[in-house]
Amino acid sequence: MSTPRSSAADRSLAPPGMDSKPDTRHGEILYVENVTVSFDGFKALDDLTLYIEDGELRCIIGPNGAGKTTLMDVITGKTRPDAGTLFFGSNLDLSQMSEHEIARAGIGRKFQTPTLFDGLTVFENLELALDAPKTVISTLFARLEGAQRERIESALETVGLADTAERRAGELAHGQKQWLEIGMLLVQNPRLLLIDEPVAGMTHAEVDRTTRLLRELAGSHTVVVVEHDMEFVRSLDSRVSVLHQGRLLAEGDMQTVQDDERVIEVYLGG
Amino acid sequence: MASDPGERRPLLSPLGWLLFAAFAVAAVVLLPLLHLLPAADSALRVPDFAIPLLGKFLCYAMVALAVDLIWGYAGILSLGHGTFFALGGYAMGMYLMRSIGTEGVYRSELPDFMVFLDWKELPWFWYGFDHFWFAALMALAAPGLLAFVFGWFAFRSRIRGVYFSIITQAMTYAFMLLFFRNNTGFGGNNGLTDFKRLLGFSLQDPDTRVGLYVASALALMGVFLVCRGVVTSKLGRVLEAVRDGEDKVRFSGYDTFHFKLFVWTLSALLCGVAGALYAPQVGIINPSEMQPANSIEMAVWVAVGGRGTLVGAAAGAWIVSAAKSWFTVAAPDLWLYVLGALFVGVTLFLPRGVVGSLMARGRGGST
Ligand SMILES: Nc1ncnc2c1ncn2[C@@H]1O[C@H](COP(=O)(O)OP(=O)(O)O)[C@@H](O)[C@H]1O
Ligand SMILES: [Mg+2]
Repeated sequence: MSTPRSSAADRSLAPPGMDSKPDTRHGEILYVENVTVSFDGFKALDDLTLYIEDGELRCIIGPNGAGKTTLMDVITGKTRPDAGTLFFGSNLDLSQMSEHEIARAGIGRKFQTPTLFDGLTVFENLELALDAPKTVISTLFARLEGAQRERIESALETVGLADTAERRAGELAHGQKQWLEIGMLLVQNPRLLLIDEPVAGMTHAEVDRTTRLLRELAGSHTVVVVEHDMEFVRSLDSRVSVLHQGRLLAEGDMQTVQDDERVIEVYLGG
Repeated sequence: MASDPGERRPLLSPLGWLLFAAFAVAAVVLLPLLHLLPAADSALRVPDFAIPLLGKFLCYAMVALAVDLIWGYAGILSLGHGTFFALGGYAMGMYLMRSIGTEGVYRSELPDFMVFLDWKELPWFWYGFDHFWFAALMALAAPGLLAFVFGWFAFRSRIRGVYFSIITQAMTYAFMLLFFRNNTGFGGNNGLTDFKRLLGFSLQDPDTRVGLYVASALALMGVFLVCRGVVTSKLGRVLEAVRDGEDKVRFSGYDTFHFKLFVWTLSALLCGVAGALYAPQVGIINPSEMQPANSIEMAVWVAVGGRGTLVGAAAGAWIVSAAKSWFTVAAPDLWLYVLGALFVGVTLFLPRGVVGSLMARGRGGST
């Protein structure tokens, strides 16, 4: 295992406040170090260490049950690690922050199954995700400003849902739901996007569109995509980390990873 | 229907304002006139007994709005709102007890039940209730504070769904037992009653009764506009989102704890207003208002009328209460079964409720 890249001294002691932003001067935006998550003794993540560079597009692959979703849960504060440290930038200790604080600091997440506000319209889903004040008082008196409306409309264009802005999200087709959720990430404008299995259950045409969307996002954000569709991962052409039984099995470009004996063994059961 | 998406929604549509004005004229002007003007034997005259009865129904409608606000929009089902309602009633009842003065059965400075218990002086928590303003403040503060503290612990520990509903039932049951005790200091199982006057006006006087009824109608309209203000704001959309998927709301950067605590406390405050107007009109407030079944009935009002509609919830309160009035005379033993059947029937066959279904059909027809 690699040695930790950031020492405790690098990390400023400033407590994570409402407006804290990740410090990425060292190059990394996410530090996952020796993280273990166990469920009743079963280790879904087992002493996992992983770093994400600021601005990169990273794929995390691995067979079912490898711990990919658990990794996202632990980064976004849904699950707390039993051991290890998680830092957003070199300054924000994710284990000390609640879900909404992590989201406000700049980590956005797309769930494995589309998770939308079904009773609200497509437009309203985007409006709620929008990067705007999110306190009780500010939402009670909120008015949508012109610039905000434009951002929502441009996101609608990008994900191809401009014609369905007034439809209820619950009525959308499966592919449209996935795109709406990506659109919500666009307007939320996080620094780091975690995207769990975006093409599961999609047709070929839909996969193509999603690939283009993610590439677009990757230009201006750090994106981590979890997927086990190898074809799709190859088309993204990014660095790949292979997870297996809660551990990092291999890391590198797609070719390197594919030629790795341990990976072949896990995937082909050889 | 080409409304601009995302614009702050109007408080009411033009048609909504028209209906609101019609309600205001009918409830605040026409009905009192039909009570006061026609001769006593005229068929047109609204009879004496009807005024406090209608006032009571207006209070129930306020409660229904408060329950719909949290259940229909934020998805929080309370089975304990009877407590908040009763606390509002008790606060006003304490003022009414104090304004009896020495005209009670025992001609004492103290309320009759205290003399009966052989208490020599007023307990400290009755101080201040000689003043109307203090009682009015407490009718808000008592339910508001209880809801805030209760909500703080429940929402902080992320108790939700049916578990939350069950502890609200437990809460109202506990409060009922507490208020049943004579030593608690609120009149035990008899509660507070034999009120004489409010702000110097005799409660037997028909004009006072009309005044209370009109105050209830105005309060109902105010409560309705407050609720509309909340549900048409972006905050209202956040509440609906909490109902549809609370985790996702958190991951979008909202502290859902604050949102739930806000709307939960607001809902309890509105119930307090209703309770404060209810006590002087029915002439009694006692622990039976905190029976678990009463709070369940409040939820049934909203289910029958239609969750997430406000207007439907208020109408549901009237439909169910009217049915109850009829049944408790015709077949009193059957009422609880009817209530249960109504709840199950509506849930299975009319999930949007009576008014909710009509509203949905109306929208479907116009587009
Ligand atoms: N809340 C939980 N309770 C118990 N076991 C869990 C829980 N979440 C995940 N697991 C287990 O942890 C392992 C990793 O799951 P997950 O992270 O969902 O895998 P992946 O997303 O890579 O398919 C699986 O064996 C799963 O059964
Ligand atoms: Mg998964």
